[in-house]
Amino acid sequence: MTPFQEQLQNLPAYLGGHLRLVLVSLTAGTLVSVPLGILASRHARLESLVVGTAGIIQTIPGLALLAIMVPLLNRIGTAPALLALTLYSLLPILRNTVVGIGEIDDNILEAGRGLGMSDGQLLRMVQLPLALPVIVAGLRTSTVWVVGIATLSTPVGATSLGNYIFSGLQTRNNTAILFGCVAAAALALVLDAIIHGGETGLREGKKWRTGFAAAGGVAVIVLALLLGTGGAGQGAENRAALRIGGKPFTEQYILMNFLSDWMGRENTFDTRQVTNLGSTVAFDALRQNQIDLYVDYTGTLWNMEVKNTAMPTDPDSLLRRLSQILQRRYGVTIGATLGFENAYCLAMRSAQARTLGVESIRDLSRYAPDLVMGGDVEFFGRPEWPRLKNTYHLRFRATRTMDAVLMYAAVRDGQVDVISAYTTDGRIAAFDLKILRDPGQVFPPYDAVVLLSPEAARDSAVVRRVRQLNHTIDADLMRRMNMRVDQERESPEQAGGELYRRILGESTAGGS
Amino acid sequence: MITLRNLTKTYGDTVAVRDLSLDVRAGELLVLLGTSGCGKTTTLKMINRLVEPTAGTVLIDGRPHAAVAPVELRRSIGYVFQGIGLFPHMTVGENIGIVPRLKGWEPARRTRRIEELLRLVNLPAASKDRKPAALSGGQQQRVGVARALAAEPAMMLMDEPFGALDPLTRAALQEEYQAIRTRLNITTIFVTHDMTEALLLGDRIAVMDEGRLIQTGTPRELLTDPTNAYVERLMTTPRTQAEQLDRLMGKA
Repeated sequence: MTPFQEQLQNLPAYLGGHLRLVLVSLTAGTLVSVPLGILASRHARLESLVVGTAGIIQTIPGLALLAIMVPLLNRIGTAPALLALTLYSLLPILRNTVVGIGEIDDNILEAGRGLGMSDGQLLRMVQLPLALPVIVAGLRTSTVWVVGIATLSTPVGATSLGNYIFSGLQTRNNTAILFGCVAAAALALVLDAIIHGGETGLREGKKWRTGFAAAGGVAVIVLALLLGTGGAGQGAENRAALRIGGKPFTEQYILMNFLSDWMGRENTFDTRQVTNLGSTVAFDALRQNQIDLYVDYTGTLWNMEVKNTAMPTDPDSLLRRLSQILQRRYGVTIGATLGFENAYCLAMRSAQARTLGVESIRDLSRYAPDLVMGGDVEFFGRPEWPRLKNTYHLRFRATRTMDAVLMYAAVRDGQVDVISAYTTDGRIAAFDLKILRDPGQVFPPYDAVVLLSPEAARDSAVVRRVRQLNHTIDADLMRRMNMRVDQERESPEQAGGELYRRILGESTAGGS
Repeated sequence: MITLRNLTKTYGDTVAVRDLSLDVRAGELLVLLGTSGCGKTTTLKMINRLVEPTAGTVLIDGRPHAAVAPVELRRSIGYVFQGIGLFPHMTVGENIGIVPRLKGWEPARRTRRIEELLRLVNLPAASKDRKPAALSGGQQQRVGVARALAAEPAMMLMDEPFGALDPLTRAALQEEYQAIRTRLNITTIFVTHDMTEALLLGDRIAVMDEGRLIQTGTPRELLTDPTNAYVERLMTTPRTQAEQLDRLMGKA
């Protein structure tokens, strides 16, 4: 299969999900904002309130608005995405409704009233028809925005064309990224053309144009209803599908695919993947039984869910304490400890470390004022960062936040000198980077664990199957798998399958 | 018959119309004359309740008009607007047929009436399906008059209807409207600030100044027996113009 065909396979599901999100939120947005705009056009005070509020919503970055909806609605998936996108679609339609109605010549309104139209008749026969082109222009703006922003609903668990972009960025698969961008742009153009064609066709009485737009509209709705919805109920008679979650980076993609194979193949479990979830989103979804299992890391979980208590520095006591707390507070069970740690560490180019004579982070304090430090998007906000600075007296010349994907290339190319790396990342070896020792034990242990939702933990078959994974993957194996995807251009499915075959081989070999 | 009794309209501290009483006889054309801002448009709008009076009453055929719902009242009175106010998204035919539509006439009856009115105001039948923007200013105001006449009202209110037209078109429309309203016996109140137009069209003229009614009378009465200096000054312009014209004709 060519890389292009590989991406094409996912198109029905991603495009279908995207279309459904866009159509539903635009319809809801129009149904809310046109009446609201009409009301606002009659009461000046309401106008400033409503348009002001919609304007404020618009200033919230799309990704943040989507993320806020998850704790607000207490769920992941389509619902928070739809709510956020609907809110996002309001402003252009609302503002254009107010402007469109407000722009109508007073002479025309007075004529309507003077001839004996009621308020409702004036609205229906005069104000709305005259404001329609302006309102439709607003709808077109909203459409283009919403198609674009809908790509950001992937991290809250709603399937969209963003799945291409997020996975592509994390696994550095440019074909996937390009595929997602082009598909979203094409969709925006097509929807815009349909709305524009329909409106001008109706207004100018051009039948062929109206017909063309109507046919396009029907085709889009049919696509939205059909694409990627088939076969959902298959095989689910006995048991609901086991929903396996994952966060958006290479290791998680591989482990998610591996877990699907492990639970799904040769077993009675039906599995479904819920990919690209944000850190807190994934855990919240798990404790609410919206996903059944996923892999997380002990240090991350402690910082996220326990916070205020000092973290045990010893991996085993951390695991024990965490296991108790998660069980007691959320009913979440640690089903298995995979056997490797994906910890934060500081890394720099081996050559530079040799030249400076740097072995550990402690050696770094002397050179830090001349060095630039790069961190992933959450690093400088984590509790380790101030601890790190205090313990080792670090004062860097500058710090730069960047996406983890770009961070490794940045240190390799000398754009930064030190980065916050992950110990299992394949690029540490590939780019000849050196991991600096942490004698002060600032970085907590990050043992990879499989978490089970309260519901999944009650299913003894699931618990047994997961428990077999205890200490089956060591750091070296995980690093090699990550390498396959990051460097050797394998897909996460392939790497996950390979991991599955190896562990299956070992467990049968060990069992015989 | 329209009777105005002690009509007053104030906006905050400003008095737009002050204690105005006036009888308009059935079938006559009464001109409300005065400089801009004298309260004549406000008076006109109080008759069909586009503006509600602060005090006083309007009687139509002896009945207080406040007893009729504004929407019903307006549908029974033709109104020609200063700014014409045709609906730009509707065809000429749809514009003319709007009040019959509001009153729930059958489509066939509406179509017949539209064609009849186009003939009445001297517009080509083909203009029915055109948009107002495709017409000249004079044609647009013909549509405005036709729209006001559509539901066969017994009364017409006209607010400087021909003000923005060129003199030739204006004269033609004045003449045509005179013929129509005489034939159909329509009671008309016609607002203008143009003395000559008032003298040529009005059966009677009511002169207003600063919200007050100064004098009501036939054109001859106003010319020969002005109540005060203001009315006399108003009459000077048409008189001087007439004398100048006479002299020109005499020389020629």
